[in-house]
This record gives sequence, C-alpha cells and structure tokens, in this order.
Amino acid sequence: MRSLPSPSGHFSEKTELTRAEVREFLRLETQRGSFVPKCDTWLSGFSPEFSQKLGARGWIGMTWPKRYGGHERSALERYAVIEELLAAGAPVAGHWIADRQTGPLLLRYGTEEQREHFLPRIAKGQCYFAIGLSEPNAGSDLAAIHTRATKVDGGWIVNGSKTWTSGAHHAHYMITLCRTSPFNPEKRHEGMSQLLVNLSAPGVTIRPILLTTGEHHFNEVFFEDVFVPENRLVGQEGNGWRQGMTELAYERSGPERFLSTFPLLEELANRIRQSKDKQQMVQVSKLVSRLWTLRHMSIGIAHMLEKGETPDVAAALVKEMGTKFEQQVAEIARLLIPSSPSLDSSNRLDQLLAQAILHAPGFTLRGGTTEILRGIVAKGVVGK
Amino acid sequence: MAKILIQSTTKIMRDVCTKELVNDAENGVWAKELWEVLAESGMLTVAVPEEMGGTGGSWADAYQILRLAGKFSAPIPLAETFMGNWLLADLGVDATNEPLAILVNHLEPFQFRKGQEGWIVCGAATSVPWGRNAAKLLVLGESESGSVLGVMSPEAVRITSGRNLAGEPRDTVEVQDAIIPESFVFKVDPGKVHERLLFTGALCRTVMMAGALERILELSVSYSKERTQFGQPIHRFQAVQHHLATLAGEAAAADTAAQSAVDAIEKETAKASISMAKIRLNEAAGIMAPVAHQVHGAIGFTHEHILHQSTRRVLSWREEWGTETEWGEKLAEQLFDLGDNELWSFLTW
Ligand SMILES: Cc1cc2nc3c(=O)[nH]c(=O)nc-3n(C[C@H](O)[C@H](O)[C@H](O)COP(=O)(O)OP(=O)(O)OC[C@H]3O[C@@H](n4cnc5c(N)ncnc54)[C@H](O)[C@@H]3O)c2cc1C
Repeated sequence: MRSLPSPSGHFSEKTELTRAEVREFLRLETQRGSFVPKCDTWLSGFSPEFSQKLGARGWIGMTWPKRYGGHERSALERYAVIEELLAAGAPVAGHWIADRQTGPLLLRYGTEEQREHFLPRIAKGQCYFAIGLSEPNAGSDLAAIHTRATKVDGGWIVNGSKTWTSGAHHAHYMITLCRTSPFNPEKRHEGMSQLLVNLSAPGVTIRPILLTTGEHHFNEVFFEDVFVPENRLVGQEGNGWRQGMTELAYERSGPERFLSTFPLLEELANRIRQSKDKQQMVQVSKLVSRLWTLRHMSIGIAHMLEKGETPDVAAALVKEMGTKFEQQVAEIARLLIPSSPSLDSSNRLDQLLAQAILHAPGFTLRGGTTEILRGIVAKGVVGK
Repeated sequence: MAKILIQSTTKIMRDVCTKELVNDAENGVWAKELWEVLAESGMLTVAVPEEMGGTGGSWADAYQILRLAGKFSAPIPLAETFMGNWLLADLGVDATNEPLAILVNHLEPFQFRKGQEGWIVCGAATSVPWGRNAAKLLVLGESESGSVLGVMSPEAVRITSGRNLAGEPRDTVEVQDAIIPESFVFKVDPGKVHERLLFTGALCRTVMMAGALERILELSVSYSKERTQFGQPIHRFQAVQHHLATLAGEAAAADTAAQSAVDAIEKETAKASISMAKIRLNEAAGIMAPVAHQVHGAIGFTHEHILHQSTRRVLSWREEWGTETEWGEKLAEQLFDLGDNELWSFLTW
C-alpha cells in the first residue's frame, strides 16, 4: 500500500501520437463494420483477423525487444494502446493473455529458444495462450493443485486437469502450473513448475463449459499422459509458484480491470445527453469521477512496472476496486434508464446493458476473487 | 523545494500540533504557537513570489503543506490564508503572515459606498472559517462603480460564533458601516473571483481531506495491531481485514484523486479534475469514516481517542466548497457539452 506511487497521468507526446493513431484506426474499423463494440471484449471478443491487424500495426508485444518481434516501446505507450482498445470495445480476446502475460513471463524466465520461438508469433497476433491455474479443487487456494508432471527421457509426462480455462478452445498453448515434486503439506508452495503445453498434443482434451448466457468461453482441459518436451519448461523446475505470482501483477493492475463496461457508460452518457436530464447526468458524473481516479491509480502502477518493480499489493487494490466499479456501471445504468436488457436487442443500450449484467459476476472472480484480494491488501497494510 | 517542505512541515505538525492543541482549539483556544512557527518558517505565504513578500514555491508546494495540515487536524485557517494571499497577490498586494478570512458566502450582499474617509461597507456572511480569529477580512461586494474587493480589519464587525461538525469556527460576520480606506479597495471581476475561489476552495478541502483520510487509515491499521480479542490481534480476523482493505483502497483512491487534481492545476483540464477529485474525496470520506469507527470499537467513539479529530473533519469538509451533488452538477454540465462518444477523450485529455 505504502508503495502505491503518486501517479501522474502524463503520457509523453510520442505516446499521445500513438494514442491518436490507435483512435483513428479504431474509428475506421468501426466505420468499416469490422467489429461491433461490446462490453468485456477482452474476454469475449475473439477475432484472429483483428488480432493480426493489431499485430501488423505493432500494437502487440509493444515493449519487447525488437529481436523477438517486439517494438521496444515503453510500458506507458502500451498502456495507452490497450486502454484505447478496451474503451472502444474492440475484439482483443484472442491475443490478450499472450500479450499481457506470456510474453513478459518468457522474457523474464524463458530460455532463448522459447523467446525466439514464441514471441515473434505472439507479436504478429498469431499465437494465443491460455492460463492453466485453476483446477476443480484448487480455486482460490492454488497451492492445492494436483496436475502433475513426471520427468521422463527428453521431457515430462503430464496428467491431471484444469478448469475455467478462458479461451483454451482458441489457444495454441497453455501456461500450465503443475506439480513436479510430490505435495508436501508443510511446504505447499514448493515443487510446482510452469510448463508450456501444446494444446494440440495427443492426450489433451478440451471440453466447453458454457457461461450462464450459453456463450462458450470457459473450458475444462484434461491431460492424459501428455508429453511435453524438456525445452518447454519455463524458468526453473520448482520455481513455478514464484513465477506465477510475478505474472499476477501484470494480470491484475491493467485497465481491463475497470474498463470492461466502459462502452455501456459511454452509451449511457450519450442517451442522457439526448434526454438532457440533469439529475441523471449527476449520477454519471459520479461514475466518471470514480473511473478517472481508478485510471490514475492504474497508471501509477504502470509507472512502477516500467521501473521493474512488482507492485502486487497496489495491483490487488486496483483490481478489487476496479472490478466493483465495472459492476456498478451496470447497476446504475439500469436504474437511470428504463430498458429491457437483451443480448440480441437491436437497441444499443439494451444490448450493452445485457452484456454488462450477464458478464458482471465474473469480474470480481477472474484473476483472484475480491475476498482474496482484500486479504492481500489487508496484509499489505498491516505489514510484518 | 517540495521534499524539504514536506519534511519540515511534518516535523512542525508532529511537535506542535498535538492532540491537546487540537482539543483546546475546539474549546476556543487560538493555536497561537502553531501559527507562529508556520509563519516563521515561511509556510503561510508559499506560492507568492518573494518580491511580493512571499516565500516563493509553487501551488503544488502549498497544497502539500495543506495536505499535512489536514492530516494533523491543524486547527488554523491555513487554506483561507493561502487563498487570501493568492487573491491579494493578483491585486498587487503584498503577502501577509496574519490569519485571513474571506467573506463570500453572502447572507446580505456587501455594499460599498463612498464616504469622506474612504469606503463605507455594510453586509453579512455566514459560515466564515475562523472569522473570529482573522486579522484581516477580504470582503467581496458591490459599489456604484462595479464589483470591488476590500481588505479590512475586524474591529468594526460583529461576530456570532458558529462551528462545523469538527468544532472548527464557522462564524457569522456582520459588517455595519465599517470604513475602509481608499487604498484598500480594489476593482475586481466578480465572476472571475468567485470562480477562482470556488475551485481553489474545493481543491484546498480536497487535499486536506486526503491528508485526514491517510491519518484515519494509519490510526485504524495501528489500532488493529494493538487491540487483541479472543487471544489475537483483531487484524487477524478476516472481517476486520476486509475493513482494512476498504480503508486502504479508499485512502489510496483519495490520494490519487487529490494528487491528480493538483497535477492539473495549471492545465486546461483543471476544472474537470477538481470537480472529479472533490466528488471522489467526498465519497471516500463517507465510506471511510464509519468503517474506521467500526474497527476502533467503542474507544474510537470517545473524545479521549484521537480518531474523531479526523473523522469529524472529513465529514464536515465534504459539505464545504461543494457536496458530491453540487460538483456532480457542474461536471454534468461539462458532460452535456461533449459530443456523442466523446466521454473517453474527455477522460484522457
Ligand atoms: C470469467 C472467468 C475467467 C476465468 N479464467 C480463468 C483462466 O483462464 N484460467 C484459470 O486458471 N482460471 C480462470 N478462472 C478461475 C478463477 O481464477 C477462479 O474462479 C477464482 O480464482 C476463484 O476460484 P473458485 O471459483 O474455485 O472459487 P473458490 O475458491 O471456491 O471460492 C468460493 C468463494 O469462497 C471465497 N473464499 C475462498 N477462499 C477464501 C479465503 N481464504 N478467504 C476468504 N474467502 C475465500 C471466495 O472469495 C469465493 O467467494 C476464471 C474465472 C472467471 C469467472
């Protein structure tokens, strides 16, 4: 907590130019009808064509070294690009995890061969990853995972299963947390490793778990004697827990934790602007003030990440507050404008509201539940 | 400059602005020593250029000092004196180390008419912060030749004591035929002055609240570590941890909002930023005060404990210079002025 920096919303001129470029690109793409803006598109907006367009523009892997297909731009420039994409409700789910998590993970812990093999393809928007953490009996308590990898000649044999795996049916690989040493109740966080599992390898079965809306987003993934070559171990054997925790700082603090329902907020403001109802706009003002504050907090964290710090407590805090805000937008919108929310309505507000309401329960679960995050924050402020 | 300022202000506040001093002030004792120490160290005239009798430094420096005054519940009209000095600097008047009050909240609009010895002033204002302690009153009023600002001594005024929730003086000041010499009356653009006061006043309260909320968090965290029940410190209980997380989150948001508004003061976005920050700080105060009291149990509900010095202040300061609703209306006007789908560009200015 103490480490939450005094943020500065200042982006360099160069970054603002990039922002303007992205905005113009998005304007043209919407005009062309290449996507319909939606809520929560980093979860549900899968479009390989769009991901590849972004890759071609240099907007994936932005901060990575050029020799791996990256663009050596600053973390803040990347921040500006992704917040533009989210605010516009663009379909970014395909490459999201690979860009956000896998790339930085491999840069930090991966081998040279892994970087050369994966990063350029990710940066082109052609190679997608899934996160393999949760298991049926290991949700909040991740140290309880059972999926295990046994050392064999030239690699590992993986057995077990993962659940709630976002986008596994689209992804090429999964960063899989598994046990490489037997479970020791005294040292629960030891003996875990991260493997890059090819999801088209023999022995991998992916089964859909449908969302409440019937949408296919999640999956159950089963591993039956899946062979993973030696060179697909990330970092050190047994160091998986620590590596995974580093990954979470990237996962938790970004603008996707408070912008999932922004397209709805924008439409809400449009509608009230038409009806000219002052008291309704006052309610929107309060949401806008919250959002403005959250964004500045998150930018503060982006500055810290840029400096190579690991702001895990601050990231947990922004995630906890941000996801509650996303839910609040839906609740306030429905109270302000009478509507009949429906996913297939032709009325834009009804449709965005339906997306927001139906996706809302997931906001405060994915990436760590509110309760777990609050525990992290509380322990962070109490200190040792 | 900022870092040294923060260090020395923190030291002064720690040493001089004690719990007893704050309690005494509530009982009507003027915090003379605190005022004098701040005056001697040049803290009262920050952001006024040296050639005008000021200490120099930036507005951001001044807001840092105010944040600390808010954090330590300093019972003095620091914000009002800063604002007064800045107004005077605009009019070419040298800065002063005396406590100032600004009469803007008109009960009866102030009227200035020409007399033999200068201007004769009548009028009244309510809720004047530290009206009774001010050595100079800045009076904004109307004359035959337009709007004017007069600087007067408090001799010829009648003061009825009032107070806010934190027991800070918020007095009614009545002026009946007071005389102000010609040279202390200045022509002003009333719209500009009012607007300037409104935004500056809101930003002053915003940073003071950010300081006080930081204090509330600190007090709650340390209490939760000291207090044991059922054989362990209460911070071990998950329900209490959730309270601490709420406090930490709101305090961090409050700080970010206040700091972001200060960062914007010289930019085009200042008005929007101050509106959003005051709304956010008011909300944070409303969320944090009850939670902090919950964590402290009955002890925090006593005058004995220091918590109330901060909670009563933030609850009062929420109302001063604009509630969430009042600022929400101002921000709403700006949102009405946008075109369709321009909310995002408004936020990313
Ligand atoms: C949209 C979405 C996408 C997801 N994508 C992925 C993915 O791609 N990959 C992946 O691995 N996982 C994914 N998840 C899973 C997600 O990380 C888990 O749902 C989450 O960590 C919670 O685990 P659980 O669902 O098993 O709930 P549980 O851990 O069983 O928790 C149930 C309730 O108990 C509370 N609780 C549990 N332990 C504690 C405690 N110690 N203190 C206080 N309260 C506690 C929880 O907060 C919650 O309210 C996704 C989830 C969602 C909703």
